[in-house]
Amino acid sequence: MDGTPGTLPRRGLLAAGAALVVAFSLRNEAEAQEKPVPTSGPRPVPLGRAESFLAFHRDGRVEVFTGKVDLGTGIRIAIMQMVADELDLPLSRVSLIEGDTDLTPDQGPTWGSLSIQVAGAAIRQAAATARHHLLARASAHLGVPAANLIVLDGNVHPRVGGASVSFAELLGDAPLALAVDREAPRKRAADYQVVGKSIPRPDVPGKVTGTHTYMQDLRLPGMIHARIVFPPAVGARLVSLDEGSVRGIPGVLRVLRRESFIAILAEDEWAAIRGHDTLRAEWTRWEGLPEQAKLYETLRAGPFAKTDTAGAKGDAAAALGTSARRFEATYDFAMQSHASMGPSCAVAQWDGRRMTVWSATQATHWTRLEVARMLGLEQPQVRVLYLDGAGCYGRNGHEDAAAQAALIAHILAGTELAGRPIRVQWMRADEHGWDPKGPPTLIALKAGLDASGNIAAWSSEYWIPQTTELAPIENLALSFAGIAQKTVINPGNIHNNAVPGYEIPNHLATLHRLTEPPLRASWIRSPGRMQNAYAIEAFMDELAHAAGADPVAYRLRHLKDERGAAVLRAAAEKAGWREGQAAQGPKDDAILRGRGVAYARYEARTYIACVAEVEVERASGKIRVTRCVVGHDCGQVINPDGLANQIEGQVVQTVSRTLIEEVTFDRSRVTSLDWASYPILTFPDVPKVEIASIERQDEPPWGAGEMAAVVIPPAVSNAVFDATGVRMRSIPYTPEKVRAALAGRA
Amino acid sequence: MATDVALTVNGSARTVRVEDPQTPLLYVLRNQFALNGPKYGCGLGQCGACTVLVDGEARRSCSLPAAQAAGRAITTLEGLGTPENPHPIQKAFISEQAVQCGYCINGMIMQSAAFLAKNKAPSEAEIREALKDNLCRCGTHVRILAAVQRAASDMGRG
Repeated sequence: MDGTPGTLPRRGLLAAGAALVVAFSLRNEAEAQEKPVPTSGPRPVPLGRAESFLAFHRDGRVEVFTGKVDLGTGIRIAIMQMVADELDLPLSRVSLIEGDTDLTPDQGPTWGSLSIQVAGAAIRQAAATARHHLLARASAHLGVPAANLIVLDGNVHPRVGGASVSFAELLGDAPLALAVDREAPRKRAADYQVVGKSIPRPDVPGKVTGTHTYMQDLRLPGMIHARIVFPPAVGARLVSLDEGSVRGIPGVLRVLRRESFIAILAEDEWAAIRGHDTLRAEWTRWEGLPEQAKLYETLRAGPFAKTDTAGAKGDAAAALGTSARRFEATYDFAMQSHASMGPSCAVAQWDGRRMTVWSATQATHWTRLEVARMLGLEQPQVRVLYLDGAGCYGRNGHEDAAAQAALIAHILAGTELAGRPIRVQWMRADEHGWDPKGPPTLIALKAGLDASGNIAAWSSEYWIPQTTELAPIENLALSFAGIAQKTVINPGNIHNNAVPGYEIPNHLATLHRLTEPPLRASWIRSPGRMQNAYAIEAFMDELAHAAGADPVAYRLRHLKDERGAAVLRAAAEKAGWREGQAAQGPKDDAILRGRGVAYARYEARTYIACVAEVEVERASGKIRVTRCVVGHDCGQVINPDGLANQIEGQVVQTVSRTLIEEVTFDRSRVTSLDWASYPILTFPDVPKVEIASIERQDEPPWGAGEMAAVVIPPAVSNAVFDATGVRMRSIPYTPEKVRAALAGRA
Repeated sequence: MATDVALTVNGSARTVRVEDPQTPLLYVLRNQFALNGPKYGCGLGQCGACTVLVDGEARRSCSLPAAQAAGRAITTLEGLGTPENPHPIQKAFISEQAVQCGYCINGMIMQSAAFLAKNKAPSEAEIREALKDNLCRCGTHVRILAAVQRAASDMGRG
């Protein structure tokens, strides 16, 4: 690679406006602008065609098209590595175009840590298909059997030497046109050149020098700055507004209203903010939220859309009845916010025929569908282009902001402001207050041990929002503007990992799916899996303790999966875990020290384990996580440094969620509206992170973006028990709760 | 009332007109100077994403009226270095790949620049303390600490 940063061709971007092709590449910026990407119009992008994913150019470059987007996770370089290796091309000739509904295939939202496992694998197979096809053509062209040909830097050579031919020459003027062959042979892992190497990310130089164009940085000619005036209560409706209250603010263009949707439009960003802060409006009273102090009672009370089973084996009820010893415990996990560093932002432009929307959405294609349905347009009339935003860890406010910008642009048709790009930028309080939340979760567990202390029966009940087909997340643009919801995005499979990943002869997992979760329910990194694994692994620790067994050994006793056991052993070994021995350091009075372990397999994919070490200040109740050792097996590793970056991030973010984070609300609205009322972990409290990664390069790659997160809360929880002898069961573990627990009031 | 403000940004002097003298420096830098390094994060001085140097001090540009920065030397992330010729701190962040989404990184680098100018050989604990009011949501902290240590070491050698 040439080491230059991947940046948006910014000059081209500003000039080309809606016709822009967003190209991230390893080429330098000047070159990118001199050679504009030739694919300027909509491309056909069926998932079964190699040309949907790959475009070979005469100058030897290959463009890769993916519907997945890099949310800061490093998939951009990883997918390029996979393609470069499969095609035997230098990485510098591979560029990636992501998340553009005109250009990229719909590979689903970027969620569930599926970008490498599913989308990357599909692109890799397209590359293998293309390579196989090109080798066959080269064979005919050179008169050499394909088996005797090798590919070097995009040129096909006879093994024994002689004339070569390039991919570009083989294709000539005819673009690739090829069905993806599922059977096309892929490269052997032993032959990989760049897969498995820590290639630096192309976006980093631009991001550390201010030259990378984020969503929030997009400025188009004639762009109008918009701020949304959110209601003072979740369900409040607008009674009246006083447009005169903002008339004196220079730069304010108009106050746009549709039902309860209010946008301040201004030439100047500060004018829009002043208008936002100044506008006087009268709203209806609304107090429909539950009392926070009784939140979990509210969950238990329902109503429920349905109650069903996530998994069952044997007869849990009967086995519980006949168990030698029975245990039960109830755990809860707080409602939390994405708390993205940059509030959601979007730009939309309506030219009378087509709507173009720039968004940091994780779901460009689904956002296109939402916007099209909202405005009564056909999907091809809407183009959604992804630009990097501040990290989101699931569905935050991006999709709302995108729809709001599109709605404003559409409403302005026929006015003097028609055609101008509309930039919607949420304020901090908007983001903290209105991003859809990780829902509060209540989990009740029962288990029975046999005479030798092994688990004979396990029963679990989960109180969670209804999911998938039942309850899409409402889009605020529509709810404020009084348009019937036609949304398509819904919280995904938060019942996964509800069944313990151990050999248990009798178990039953029951899901109580709430009709109306308090506030909009979303998915935040490892949704459900984290909450479920927290309860399961903390309870597992309780059972180990009751059985008088070492927590690592007890898990291994119930674990028949060799890869899982290897990950647990790797973490324990790296952490210096020895049976029966507590963590290092004296158990003095002021500071209590402990260590805890947790293990899980994320769905039927990546294996993870964590050993956490904590210090608990007895007087203040403050917990400090000092060290986390993570065991990790996601199969093939594409970019080890990228993997490490993701694991480190998950540890820090999840320690924050475990110890600190809880959305607060009164009967009308969220009250944790800034970083003072919704704090997150800061540098002084960041733990040391160590990783025991088991690379299996001959295996398929699984996800790594949210797997390690699931074992952090239980590992920390179990370490707190080890330190204090007190079992805490309610996330977050705030100093107040710790003090109460230590005082025996838990 | 519209006001002219004379600002010296990254070594260049320029006078810009703002409608409101209370306009925070952040919006002037971003929208009038097209400098995208400083980011809007909270507008409350709580997160650090908007940090710039004013006469060498790390300041939160979201809550500093532009008029108050008049006549003082303002340095943004762009003023430290470029992708082709990065500042040692920027270079250290690249070497450590100390970025995830990268939205907070402007603040991390600018806060570190002010800090390392005063403390040339900081301990890890001192770096943690210096960056304690800069927030990162992706959890890049581990790498940021390594990058600032590397930068201190490189600058000490330079």
